[in-house]
Amino acid sequence: MYAFDYCRVAAADEAIRALREAEDGSFLAGGMTLIPILKQRLARPTVLIDLSGIVVLGGIGEDEQGLILGALATHAEVAASPLVRRVIPGLAEMAAGIGDPQVRHRGTLGGSLANNDPVADYPAAMLALDATIRTDRRAIAADDFFTGLFETALAPDELIMAVHVPVPDLFAYRKFPNPASRYAMAGVAVAVTGKGVRVAVTGAGLSGVFRMTAMEEALAADFRPEALDAVPVPAGQMNEDLHGSAAYRAHLVTVMAKRALAAAR
Amino acid sequence: MPVTVSMRVNGTALTREVEPHTLLVRFLRESLGLTGTHVGCDTSQCGACVVHVDGLSVKSCTMLAVQADGAEILTIEGLAATDGTLHPVQAAFREHHGLQCGYCTPGMVMSAVDLLRVNPDPDEAEIRHWLEGNLCRCTGYHGIVTAVLDAAARLRATPRTPGESAV
Repeated sequence: MYAFDYCRVAAADEAIRALREAEDGSFLAGGMTLIPILKQRLARPTVLIDLSGIVVLGGIGEDEQGLILGALATHAEVAASPLVRRVIPGLAEMAAGIGDPQVRHRGTLGGSLANNDPVADYPAAMLALDATIRTDRRAIAADDFFTGLFETALAPDELIMAVHVPVPDLFAYRKFPNPASRYAMAGVAVAVTGKGVRVAVTGAGLSGVFRMTAMEEALAADFRPEALDAVPVPAGQMNEDLHGSAAYRAHLVTVMAKRALAAAR
Repeated sequence: MPVTVSMRVNGTALTREVEPHTLLVRFLRESLGLTGTHVGCDTSQCGACVVHVDGLSVKSCTMLAVQADGAEILTIEGLAATDGTLHPVQAAFREHHGLQCGYCTPGMVMSAVDLLRVNPDPDEAEIRHWLEGNLCRCTGYHGIVTAVLDAAARLRATPRTPGESAV
């Protein structure tokens, strides 16, 4: 790792001020992605601003619209939360399947969303659930938040505070993990809300997480796994690498979508 | 710029100066001489570096020492009783051939202890799922899983009173 300075802040405005004053600062949440990136010398921040002391970024609660998940809620906390398990059990189940127990103890919701790794689980879940990402200055719909590989609508000095998740009628997420890395080769989240069916895909797309609108339309007419047999998944939009061809990933998208449908509750 | 950190490691309070880019595992091994915690892959995958931070198992190769400021750390060195009596998980690993070369063992044991904290009666599938982040290249995992099952049974049979042990 290159050397950097470090500060731990106690409030969101303090974190943002520190970032603005830094030559090239970086927020640090759980560090499950940032620290590996630093070790590989793929980034060279001058200062890390540790958010872990900002109490208001933690916690899991609810209001009339649904769940409010703090940006620093860890995957283990979401997985174990009695509230999440009662209100959106499929979301707790998804969180329980991220990485391994040690990663889940440190990794955070906000960190995962801000990083928008094309193989991460949370972006697909939040996109399907029509979540709203609340930052220090605005609310961003998930549809507008994820803008490409590792890209989001966040400004460089913008901080995720919490995520609002409306309660769906049905939800499930299923992924096909790479046998070695356990990252999703294809992961599909399916949600049914009062506004309709939403299907989001991670791990497979060329430009990161995306909504599979053709599947949404088919399922709006016929909410059964068989309805997806007639929906083509274009291989041209799929990622291809040493782990699998584009055609294989396209096939996996349909299989995972069917599994998510069968599991949706 | 070095930062002053204070933490408790295996029950002992200490204060040290660290560079912000010092990993927790390096701090434990090189500054404190606690070499029981191993560095295997150094990429968050193998779990040889697992320690407990504030009661939760974490990969100490993917945490900065400065992030542990104010924390309670437990490493493999702090697991056995002060008279040398092995923790039931350690004893079960020895009895059931849960190790061969031993490189993964400290992390494997610390991870298993954490599992039994959250789930005192895991079945084999739950043990294998929990140990996904701990790689062993010798045993084929069979002895490890048997050891965790047996340790869980022993711990359930003789529940420990708070304060009796670090875990």
